[in-house]
Amino acid sequence: MTAQPRFAPTPAPEPGGRRPVVVIGAGPVGLTCAIDLAIRGVPVVVLDDDDTVATGSRAICWAKRTLEIWDRLGVGQRMVDKGVTWQAGRVFRGEEELYRFDLLPESGHRRPAFINLQQYYVEEYLIARAAEFPDLIDLRWRHEVTGLRQGAEGARLDVATPDGAYALEAEWVLAADGARSPTRTRLGLPFPGPRFEERFLIADVTMKADFPTERLFWFEPTFHAGQSALLHRQPDDVFRIDFQLGPEADPELERQPERVMPRVRAVVGEDTPVTLEWCSVYSFRCARLERFVHGRVVFVGDSAHVVSPFGARGGNGGIQDADNLCWKLALVLRGEAPESLIATYDEERGHAADENILHSSRTTNFMTPKTKAERLFRDGVLALAAEAPFARALLNAGRLSRPCRLAGFSLQTPDPIPQADGLRPGDPCVDAPVVDAAGRAGWLLDRLGGPFTLLVFAGAEAPDLGPLPDLAPGLRCVVVAERLLAVPAAEMLRDAEGLAGLRYGGKPGTAYLIRPDAHVAARFAEVDPARVAEALARATGRSGTAAREAA
Amino acid sequence: MTGLLRRDDGFSGRADDVYESLIRAHQGLSDEESAALNARLVLILAHEVGDPAVLAEAIALAQRTLRRADGPRS
Repeated sequence: MTAQPRFAPTPAPEPGGRRPVVVIGAGPVGLTCAIDLAIRGVPVVVLDDDDTVATGSRAICWAKRTLEIWDRLGVGQRMVDKGVTWQAGRVFRGEEELYRFDLLPESGHRRPAFINLQQYYVEEYLIARAAEFPDLIDLRWRHEVTGLRQGAEGARLDVATPDGAYALEAEWVLAADGARSPTRTRLGLPFPGPRFEERFLIADVTMKADFPTERLFWFEPTFHAGQSALLHRQPDDVFRIDFQLGPEADPELERQPERVMPRVRAVVGEDTPVTLEWCSVYSFRCARLERFVHGRVVFVGDSAHVVSPFGARGGNGGIQDADNLCWKLALVLRGEAPESLIATYDEERGHAADENILHSSRTTNFMTPKTKAERLFRDGVLALAAEAPFARALLNAGRLSRPCRLAGFSLQTPDPIPQADGLRPGDPCVDAPVVDAAGRAGWLLDRLGGPFTLLVFAGAEAPDLGPLPDLAPGLRCVVVAERLLAVPAAEMLRDAEGLAGLRYGGKPGTAYLIRPDAHVAARFAEVDPARVAEALARATGRSGTAAREAA
Repeated sequence: MTGLLRRDDGFSGRADDVYESLIRAHQGLSDEESAALNARLVLILAHEVGDPAVLAEAIALAQRTLRRADGPRS
């Protein structure tokens, strides 16, 4: 690992007015929130009780969706340039490879299925990006929140710094202060959910080794007496090896290098020079707050929900929280949406948390059978998997993070053409290669997300948007067709490879209303400006339906 | 395998739900009760399959993997 950056403590500020948003915690989720809000013009104060980035690699697997969100925030490329790109995984039983899977078996996407990148790099790059908004992001190191009192219009925070305490008023507080969230404790909120007794050892080691750049998972590995092991390649020749230790393992003992290194040696052999960078013995919980919004305090990331690490659903889930919340908060702060819009963050991300908890609990149960019957089923699946494809579907060595579908929730307009192909209301947008009017090759996702967007597919004729610009002022229109057409008040993209039309089920006239977080809010068989305006009102919580259903 | 067993996704993407329902069915049962439940389940599912030729292939597959794996591990 490179030398950890130390940030100078921020002097206690002069008393100032009430801030629109204060983020507690400068981890990946808090920083993503700050950058997203700044891009939307909202000033943010970020308070962090430490003065550096994460110690140890911690979260390392960042999913395609997360990279696409960071692309929108202008920091995706830096992550991908440094990260190790992968898309395949192999599952072994002992030395036998049971099967190999591909998480992204098609081309025509800007971003890979996953990159591996140590959390300290992720934080460093997000901090550097945040510094590009000096007028909007006020990142304060070694500013620890010691008290929080809520009123109807906001919250008052007590903050301790190395050179004294001060008070800070905020309209909204985002608690991005992690799995042990002091804010959660301060508000006295229960955090229910089962704790799994199984203990795991993470060893991050530096070595020159020729393991494939894939997710390697072993059941009953020959090199380790425990039930499973997992290996990931990270940048700088660092490898993450995760050993399942069993419920009886002594955490203090197992994190000693003289205990760790023989386990590592058993994987990599005696001859490969290996340095231990970081290790950790952990057990985990699957838990969530019952509600993520408490008055003007909103919980994001691990403070709101925690999962087992198998599936990379913790960090990636948190980044999606930020993506879901920030556009809503910006609209509410600008007075363009009612405060009730924030309740839909709880509705949508609460559902996502449940999904993440379900998947990660099932993986954990598969890895740790508790009764003889469970073990017989589990071993039966493993024994069948090499030969029978159906057993590979049952085999659960991690269900890797995918963006959540938001179908059926209050902001989405019910699908008027449910039988049609393509994306449906609530689906996350998918990427496709496109060419712009100037002939430059680019990506569809670069034109979606950010502001609300109407994506229209056209044939040979330019679509007639009618009075749409008047009915929905500020709505960005993007027209996709095989040839460039002249469409006033719209950006034209050429579907050079036909993939956009294919993936969206785009027939001439098909239109999608896309949310600022690149989820489909509504789709239409043809552009009907009144219906589009209605769907937009619903998606911004301005119609009665949305607010009522989410309440 | 001679090819009567299906190679497509018979679970229609819901394999994890199916697996969980099987595990849940055994919760709170003794080992003997679990074995008895499995026997009944096999009979019911064999009837759902119906075709003795398909069943024969399924039995052959199960037996083959049982030998290869040296039986269940403890």
